[in-house]
Amino acid sequence: MSQPEVLNQAFELGYTYTRSTGPVIGRFLTELRNRNIVGIKASDGRVVVPPMEYDPNTAEELSEFVDVGQQGEIVSFAWVKEPREAHPMDVPFAWAMIKLDGADVPMIHCVAAPSEDAIATGARVQVVWADETIGYITDIRCFELV
Amino acid sequence: MSEEQEVVTVVKAPVYLKYNFTAGAAPARFLAQIKKGVLTGQRCPKCSAVYVPPRGSCGGCGVATEEEVVLSNKATVQSFTIVYIPIPNNPIQPPYIIANVVPDGANVSFIHLMSECVNEDVHIGARVEAVWKPKEEWGFAMDNIRYYRPIDEPNVPVDQIGKLSVNGQEG
Repeated sequence: MSQPEVLNQAFELGYTYTRSTGPVIGRFLTELRNRNIVGIKASDGRVVVPPMEYDPNTAEELSEFVDVGQQGEIVSFAWVKEPREAHPMDVPFAWAMIKLDGADVPMIHCVAAPSEDAIATGARVQVVWADETIGYITDIRCFELV
Repeated sequence: MSEEQEVVTVVKAPVYLKYNFTAGAAPARFLAQIKKGVLTGQRCPKCSAVYVPPRGSCGGCGVATEEEVVLSNKATVQSFTIVYIPIPNNPIQPPYIIANVVPDGANVSFIHLMSECVNEDVHIGARVEAVWKPKEEWGFAMDNIRYYRPIDEPNVPVDQIGKLSVNGQEG
């Protein structure tokens, strides 16, 4: 029995989902498009970013949007040495929990830094906006060290 | 918030899964023959069932299949459906028929298109034959067979579908 050559073929399976944002995330993304970041005030007074639709303690509907700052502090981070195709940057970067000024909970986003040594818990960062904002989380291209 | 701009209500969130598909030994042999314009199956050494396309083993007996069997271009419709809904990026315009066809000499069916037929006249047990693309266009792909079309032969009784020899109704 002769064995023919090994046959390989690229194959891509795509699910072209469009997702509804709901009113609260919709507002958050609309504000991002305007280069502004909003959180929402919970019943205990904490400002939650990104905003959530229902109170984490009482489950009441939330509606009090609050502008937060475009700078913040790194609460924790993970350095990505070898970015993969789906990652937001093609050079090493950090995923970080960033507590924006005026917010009481951190938000995950990426941080551009020259090296792992340059970044630390407690470091100050600020937003870098995308050249064109479209109402998507990537309107924040990344955060950079202040 | 600017009143002039529309509020964001949806986001595009596609998911793409990128595979490198490797055919495997038995399908690679099958596809090498398809490239030459020959439809082949593999016979189980234990129960004699002929599988097409071959996966390299018999699901019933759990043994490897190695014997290659040349199959006929003639086949029998085991089941079919008429597709009325257009599929994105599919150039074939509905309504059209996809059918499970059993080639003569094989005991299992595979899915293929039917054409040159009156959709409403297609039925289980109908005799069909493969219409191949021109030889220059043959590749390692099942669509070397463009489609199956009806032929003027008597119906195969339901209990005989999948049991014809490679010589068809004469065998």
